[in-house]
Amino acid sequence: MTPQTPRRARRLALALVGALAIAGCATRAPEPAPAPAADTFPVTVTAPDGKPLTLERKPERIVSLSASATETLFAIGAGKQVVAVDEQSNYPPEAPKTTLSGLTPNVEAIAGHTPNLVIASGDAGDMVAGLGKLGIPVLILPAAKNLDDVYAQFELVGKATGNAAQGADLARRTKEDIAKIVHDTPKTDTPRSYYHELDTDLYSVTSKTFIGKVYGLFGMTNIADAADTDASGYPKLSAEYVIKANPTLIFLGDTKCCGQTAETVALRPGWNTIDAVTKNRVVALDDDLASRWGPRIVDLVRAVADALK
Amino acid sequence: MTRARLTPAVLATALLVLVASIVVSTLLGAAGLGWTRVIREIVAQLTGGVSPLSEREAAIVWQVRFPRVLLAGLVGAALAVSGAAYQGVFRNPLADPYLLGAAAGAGMAATLVVVTAPSAAGWIIGPLPLAAFAGALGGVGLTWVLGRSAGGGTAILLLSGIAVAAFLTSIQTFAQQLNTDTIKQVYTWMLGGLNTSGWHEVLLTLPYITVSAIVLCLCGRLLDVLAVGDEEAASLGIRPGRVRVIVLLAASLATAAAVAVSGLIGFVGIVVPHVVRLLAGSSYRVVVPLSLVGGAVFLIVADQVARTIVAPAELPIGVITAFTGAPFFLLVLRMNRERVR
Repeated sequence: MTPQTPRRARRLALALVGALAIAGCATRAPEPAPAPAADTFPVTVTAPDGKPLTLERKPERIVSLSASATETLFAIGAGKQVVAVDEQSNYPPEAPKTTLSGLTPNVEAIAGHTPNLVIASGDAGDMVAGLGKLGIPVLILPAAKNLDDVYAQFELVGKATGNAAQGADLARRTKEDIAKIVHDTPKTDTPRSYYHELDTDLYSVTSKTFIGKVYGLFGMTNIADAADTDASGYPKLSAEYVIKANPTLIFLGDTKCCGQTAETVALRPGWNTIDAVTKNRVVALDDDLASRWGPRIVDLVRAVADALK
Repeated sequence: MTRARLTPAVLATALLVLVASIVVSTLLGAAGLGWTRVIREIVAQLTGGVSPLSEREAAIVWQVRFPRVLLAGLVGAALAVSGAAYQGVFRNPLADPYLLGAAAGAGMAATLVVVTAPSAAGWIIGPLPLAAFAGALGGVGLTWVLGRSAGGGTAILLLSGIAVAAFLTSIQTFAQQLNTDTIKQVYTWMLGGLNTSGWHEVLLTLPYITVSAIVLCLCGRLLDVLAVGDEEAASLGIRPGRVRVIVLLAASLATAAAVAVSGLIGFVGIVVPHVVRLLAGSSYRVVVPLSLVGGAVFLIVADQVARTIVAPAELPIGVITAFTGAPFFLLVLRMNRERVR
């Protein structure tokens, strides 16, 4: 690291604040990204774990091992810079899908794409150290805990890839879109409860999780909260407990993985007595939308809102 | 060897414990309906009176809880009776569907069905139990052949079983890794559980497990003869090879039926027959039928714990059976030190 780096970083930060301020009050027609200064390299970003990461030049060969990050990269116009994505990254279709795995990363296979930036959702198998020896920087973007984390990651990916303005813009638009959807969704006086299903073994999420916070936007109560005895956020529920709790809505996050539909749920023993089933309020979600903290989070919020109308 | 007989008193006691475990398990559950209200519901059902339960609560008792208790009993009975039978066939106190590769074979075959034809699997019905049966049989067969070719004996058979199980499991893991879109479904099933089962699963497994159980109970005397030695058996007009094949087929069918509906639930097949032996002697005429009842009780109680100890959340049942089974396995190993060596 050169002695000038901190000063450069500070200057960059100031430029960014400027860019954000402009973006923040832009109610006129969108203009092309202002602040080219924001995308000068080297750039130092702060990863969510608090560690600084310095990129000497603009990464033109990005490998993404996180489906959420892949969607973000393409949404901010960094798609041209992406050379390979992992096997789980199935969106957008033009993403260069490979057999790389983010769960069991293979350092050699990743290095084979000669990336100058790797983005992953976790450091499985000491990948960061392995790639570090080869001088390849890795940006770890862990699962978002709330919507602010999502916005922060959009901006972070923007800065790290030389698309700072687009990243900030995506964050702002997403925030506005979600606020509008929530605002336009009619409120009811009677509290609505819900059950969000992760898999056919009845693993669920509590309102403390990222997905639970999305439902929380609409003031719904989560039947899984009472069952979170170990505070993991992902309790496994009993079928009889779900029936007893009688949720107003059931959201299925296991339609693609496990073929669940409103029909299969209605056929489960005893489930035909649940209000959500008798009143046709079983909502089949796209598994991917319900598990990623990328730009399509707006689509998930919209799906939930539609279920409430 | 003790020449114990299955006296009416012993059988009556076992059945009484079984009925008690079914009743208690039906009264208690994660929904917290209150056991006195459930009793009044049962009484109302029997006498046509008024029940304090709502329609939804009644559905919990009759559509969810009661069939689940029965299924736990069926699965436990199947795994325990197969364990007892395998121990007789292999003359090996440590044999069980897991150590001999039967469960691993069933798991691998079922996984291959799920990943290659996820829609055909359709869960429970169709090719899944068939594949599981073939896999269970293949796993045991492979263990047997390898064990014999390596010289036979208890330790060699066990080591062969471990190797076969590891090998089959590795194929299964590989298939899962290649098919990450179905991985969740397979993992859910692998961990084992009875959470979303109902009457459908009960009726589906009942015939397989009943047939296997009858065959195995009838073979109890033959297993006793085999325990003395193959020459002895032959001198009594029994063909040891044929007995082994029949018992293996029946035990593998029971294992496969259990595995197909409940996933992989370990240690039942080893714990139960040994407790039975400690309590009632080592004659297979006693061990086989009592393992059937004991296995049912054991799994009903284990599932009861799984579904209520952290209620309204639930533990995977394999956690409970392994928690009690693994230390027990070591105990049996100690008690059989001389034989295993």
